[in-house]
Amino acid sequence: MANFTPVSAAIGGALIGLSAVLLMLLSGRIAGISGIVGECLIPGSDKGWRLAFLAGLVAVPLLAALLGFPAAAPSMPSSLGLIVVSGLLVGFGTRMASGCTSGHGICGIARVSSRSLAATAIFMACAIVVVFLTRHVVGG
Amino acid sequence: MRGILVGLVCGLIFGAGLLVSGMMQPSKVLAFLDLFGAWDPSLAVVMVAALAVTWPGFAYARRRGQPLFATKSWWPTASAIDRPLVIGSVLFGVGWGLVGLCPGPAIENLGTGSASVFVFVLAMIGGMLLHRVWHRRNSAMPSVLVTAPDG
Repeated sequence: MANFTPVSAAIGGALIGLSAVLLMLLSGRIAGISGIVGECLIPGSDKGWRLAFLAGLVAVPLLAALLGFPAAAPSMPSSLGLIVVSGLLVGFGTRMASGCTSGHGICGIARVSSRSLAATAIFMACAIVVVFLTRHVVGG
Repeated sequence: MRGILVGLVCGLIFGAGLLVSGMMQPSKVLAFLDLFGAWDPSLAVVMVAALAVTWPGFAYARRRGQPLFATKSWWPTASAIDRPLVIGSVLFGVGWGLVGLCPGPAIENLGTGSASVFVFVLAMIGGMLLHRVWHRRNSAMPSVLVTAPDG
């Protein structure tokens, strides 16, 4: 557990929670990112606040760099095929399940939704199995 | 207009949370998912801290009723643990485990200018559009009747 960063994780987590609570208290919306992206693709949906939210997300690393705290370059696999397959699965799966780490994992569990708890348990378990297979069985 | 401003501010706070917590970084997420390697429990702390805020915050929002700048709240209404939820979560989990990116960090990492992340986000949007086509083909119900998504 050499890389465990509990303090920054707790502060960051609280900020994510604060964002979700503010969005619900002020606009009555759930801060689920797959829903926000997915609904932007549907003709006739309310896109203004959604695009603004996504713009805010993208702006953070840009602002951080301006302020002198550039975010580290994301560690991505070199295989373009792997990236495409992963992106397709994440996009299709989150829409099929009506939510992702934020919508089910944080907002759903906070609503005490057994549906979201089940979704979170399933996608975490599957991700853990995939990492186990790629790191310790196939790629090990 | 106020809705757009709230969206922007909430996106900035959410993004700051992902950045500060380290969850923008796929390797940090994969280190959490790697239970049998050099395990990094940080993601669990992020979730617990977020829930410590959203749990009482949502309870308060529900008691309060109408949001400040909108006529209604879009609380999700689905409650069934049905096939789409289970199969969709399996597909998402497999995709998440392959690269370590879920939708929030993927979008936010566009701001780092990474070409690989740009490809990932294009594929993710492609997956979402594929789901829409597939869902419409397999669903007899008009999409208008679909209940509010969980997130």
